[in-house]
Amino acid sequence: MSETTREPDARRLATEARDRVRFEEDALALSDQVYRVARHLVGSREEAEDLMQETYARAFRSWRSFQPGTNLRAWLLRILTNLNIDRGRRQQRTPDTQPLEEGDYFLYNKLEASGDGNDEERVVERLSQNDVVSALSEVPHDFRDVVVLVDIGDFTYADAAQILDIPIGTVMSRLHRGRRILKQAMAESAVGGDES
Amino acid sequence: MTAYDPCTHCEEMMQPYLDRVLTDAERSEAETHLDECAYCRKRYRFEAKLRQFVRQAVQQEPMPVELKAKLAGLRTPLE
Repeated sequence: MSETTREPDARRLATEARDRVRFEEDALALSDQVYRVARHLVGSREEAEDLMQETYARAFRSWRSFQPGTNLRAWLLRILTNLNIDRGRRQQRTPDTQPLEEGDYFLYNKLEASGDGNDEERVVERLSQNDVVSALSEVPHDFRDVVVLVDIGDFTYADAAQILDIPIGTVMSRLHRGRRILKQAMAESAVGGDES
Repeated sequence: MTAYDPCTHCEEMMQPYLDRVLTDAERSEAETHLDECAYCRKRYRFEAKLRQFVRQAVQQEPMPVELKAKLAGLRTPLE
């Protein structure tokens, strides 16, 4: 092979190596944020750690399919949610049909009614971190995925739709229902079941 | 037919309002009502604080440092 053929090849390889290193560094810099979401998409810390390693192994292998300038965090979470489904760690569930409280204000009303102060700051303080974490784990997976991505991961409806590969309308309806289920579970955890 | 109740309407708009997905006209309608109605304003403040609280509550568990090291170990070795 002549020098003139080898030179562009070497340049191409050097550029590719540089792009790959940059990609890996960017992906690793997002690992804390990806983990926070992953931790609440699956049932346990061990599962979340396994899933993170599989996700990053796959991401590093498929880095060429990432389009620079698009949302890398969403891309990583798309891999993570696909792996989660592929590994059969959870079944896609049919939407649950448990009856829900009708109004959106019922958590506030319930907390306010069960205490003496009605200042909204103090009403929130009646919830504990445990109330939230255990309530979130009670939300069925399909709904929890959306709540975790939008309310904890701070993704837009469109990003969540892309990550979960579902229509945006489904994101909105699952979010609505998921938040209600979460509030219901928080109310039960904080002030007990419905005594009425 | 049920009579129009602005507080019920505001309640329906509350989550989309917090998600910032309302149209300009809807947002303005919601804000006008919140300015005028102490009942809904109180609940709006609660909902906004609740979101913040939920986010903080579940983010208190940091990623284990060992996992971070394992992820870094998955990088392609430099040739």
